Amino acid sequence: MGNYFKDTPDIRFNLERVGLKTLADLMENDYSDAKIFDFAPETAEEAVENYLDICALAGELCAGPIAERARQIDREGNSVSDGKVTYHKLIQDNLRDFQRAQLMGISLPRAYGGLNMPQVVKIAVLEMVSRADASLMNLVGLQDIGETINEFGTNDQKHQFITGLASGDTTGAMILTEPDSGSDLQSVRLAAIPPQPGEDPNVWRLNGVKRFITNGNGDTLLVLARSEEGTRDGRGLSMFVCSKDETIYIRRLENKLGIHGSPTCDMTFNNTPAYLVGQRKRGLIKYVMSLMNGARMGVSAQAIGIAEAAYKDAKEYAEKRIQFGKPIIKFPAVYDMLTDMRIKIEAGRLLLYEAGRIVDMFKIRTARMEEAKEKGDAPDLEMKKQIRIQERLASVLTPLSKYYNSEMSNEVTYKGIQVMGGSGFMKDYNMERYYRDARITNIYEGTSQLQVIGALGGIMSGVMDKIFQDFVEYEFPRRLNPIVRVAKAMVPLLYEAIAFVKEKKDSEYTDYVAKRIVDICLDIYQSVLFLECAEINERKEHIAVVWVREANLRVSFNHKFILEDRHEVIDLHKEILD
Amino acid sequence: MPLKLIVLAKQVPDTHNVTADAMKADGTVNRGALPAIFNPEDLNALEMALEIKDQTDATVTVMTMGPPRAANILREAMYMGADAGILITDRHFAGADTLATSYTLALGIKKVGDVSLILCGRQAIDGDTAQIGPQVAEKLGINQLTYVEEFVNVEKKSITLKRTLGQVSETVKTALPLLITVTSSANHPRTFGAKRLMKYKKARTAIEAEQEVRRSSTTGEYGMEILLDEIEQKKKSLKSKGLFFETWSADDVGADHEQIGLPGSPTKVKKVQSVVFAASELKKIEPNPEGIREMFIELIEDRTFG
Repeated sequence: MGNYFKDTPDIRFNLERVGLKTLADLMENDYSDAKIFDFAPETAEEAVENYLDICALAGELCAGPIAERARQIDREGNSVSDGKVTYHKLIQDNLRDFQRAQLMGISLPRAYGGLNMPQVVKIAVLEMVSRADASLMNLVGLQDIGETINEFGTNDQKHQFITGLASGDTTGAMILTEPDSGSDLQSVRLAAIPPQPGEDPNVWRLNGVKRFITNGNGDTLLVLARSEEGTRDGRGLSMFVCSKDETIYIRRLENKLGIHGSPTCDMTFNNTPAYLVGQRKRGLIKYVMSLMNGARMGVSAQAIGIAEAAYKDAKEYAEKRIQFGKPIIKFPAVYDMLTDMRIKIEAGRLLLYEAGRIVDMFKIRTARMEEAKEKGDAPDLEMKKQIRIQERLASVLTPLSKYYNSEMSNEVTYKGIQVMGGSGFMKDYNMERYYRDARITNIYEGTSQLQVIGALGGIMSGVMDKIFQDFVEYEFPRRLNPIVRVAKAMVPLLYEAIAFVKEKKDSEYTDYVAKRIVDICLDIYQSVLFLECAEINERKEHIAVVWVREANLRVSFNHKFILEDRHEVIDLHKEILD
Repeated sequence: MPLKLIVLAKQVPDTHNVTADAMKADGTVNRGALPAIFNPEDLNALEMALEIKDQTDATVTVMTMGPPRAANILREAMYMGADAGILITDRHFAGADTLATSYTLALGIKKVGDVSLILCGRQAIDGDTAQIGPQVAEKLGINQLTYVEEFVNVEKKSITLKRTLGQVSETVKTALPLLITVTSSANHPRTFGAKRLMKYKKARTAIEAEQEVRRSSTTGEYGMEILLDEIEQKKKSLKSKGLFFETWSADDVGADHEQIGLPGSPTKVKKVQSVVFAASELKKIEPNPEGIREMFIELIEDRTFG
């Protein structure tokens, strides 16, 4: 039987690279959970073994029944009638299988039925789910909302909602978008009416319309709503949690290009009872950002999973397809495409798992700080500093990863079809599904354009400086010198470009070249990551050679573009757009 | 009283993934070259037992007879959802044919006592005899239903099942206790549960527990008493955590040594024929619809199919 974890050693390579043992020590604190939960590890070694076992378990499940069902689900989709959604029969089977595999609460606490594993393990699982059936990632990945409730909800809310999510008895949804509020969530209008005198003082009422809601038919719903009547911006929004009931009506399911297994709902709330999560007015500013960041990691994993599927199918096809008397993989035009696909996937995986590691460190340490605070211990200032650094780093690496991986997935699936030629265009193969499924990844949970803006601030204000400075000062083994020299020479170009843009103090120009600054930063950062791997892994060294040299060309181009102070599009686009 | 279910399972060499060195020169199976797996149709039997458990308050015990390493399939059964595992192992069982094996398993089932339903795979992929299930039923003197494909429902003293007989199927309601054999078309065996995997990978048979204590024990040869005590402690600790597999020998199940192992096995292998395909027997099938259609027609004509 196939296994997506075992047939893709790069996943394990990345898990090991991020230091599972360190993460285990942080996650498990003193391993005291073992006294309460019979499945909790007693040592770091056991915890790490568990992480890998769970990946192998998911890898087998995904390579087996989940992959088998994907095509039919894609063709037939879900259905809605009388305001209620019915999952496709095979999606019900998928959810049952994940429930039985006990994989619906990977990073949720054991006390609520979760496995208490790091984000990187969840990322690995979501990547494999997406390789089998990208649309299922949306349902399995929504265990994220349990994390948000765990972080910000009351104890009652945790007991009421997380347990069901972790066991898989319930599914969830994060309900943000409205017809007139997509990228601009500040303008959300759905009304939250405060508890009325004589009624339960905890129960608010939700009224209004939401649109493009993934799994809006879920049982546990996190809703962004306007709690402060008369306000118009993000400060008037709060986060609410409610359960599916008869006051919620699904008006229609969207007819989409891809991810057909994931029901996308247009829905109304009609006086729906809901509870406030966390503090009033913090809905968008704090909680949605947290929720979104988790979801962005999930989408990054989804993008990589789809790309991995496309690469695997394209390579197999190119090895078997004979033209002009030999397999087409022997032609430079074809092996060039495949090599490019492989390298870009691995670059994306390095970035995502490293981002996952930082998020893990930041989240676990924050939780430890909170615990210490509750116990009344004196605050650990050094720890606090570390947390702040990691939080800022996570706020850059998360959008970078979402941006890079979703664009990469589109490019890889595009080339996947190209490698297969006419066959790739036909519905007889899975490739066209990968291509369609990849297309949403650089749109939802914030478009690429928004990710660029999200990452830019941190890059411009120096969040990556320490990493790049350490890199420039680090002495690599001599054999790597030729590419190390090239890579190190890219760093000053980034800072020259940033200085140039800052100097200009022209916000339109900054927005105009934002993507190029972010691209330069990505090219350098991924070179750093590849070179780190090249020290210990020969295959990665080969990849580093190709990556660094190509990255250098891109960086030179972008650097030149920015410094040329090109205003023609800014000045002329109105005339050109007829 | 909850229904007590027993699933009979066998660890077998993976004959579905045969490699070049799978057969020895004399034509017998080279067990060392093939990975040992849970017999596929026994997994279907286990899945059916777990489906019954999902719908009732039944308990599921998996019983296997085999060498100590067969404990691996007991652990796998626990990962899937079984409640307990029993290993019947003894070097006196070596060389057992189906008669000696069914005798031993029947004794094991009697030792468990009050079993309502025994589920077996239709047959094992190493011997392909399909005899164990029916023979165990005969030894126990209970009803049997072969080729079961679907569990319909269960009442206090009876069960309704659907069995498949090639072109037709029949739904049968019959009294408990009962033994059934389950086919591969019955269901898709479920995946392991993550928590169950993390918990039950620590489950041990008596033999494994003893080996582990011996390996890690620092007591010298004069510490025999201490060692034995440590072994007992270990077993006790495993039992208290639900991580102990009962491990029974021939004497534990009260077996007559004349009826087990080689002495109890009347089956004699008269001749083993090693069939070697010569190159002239190869036939190339074109990888297109016509080629595949021709192949199917040929397979139907020589009655491989249909």
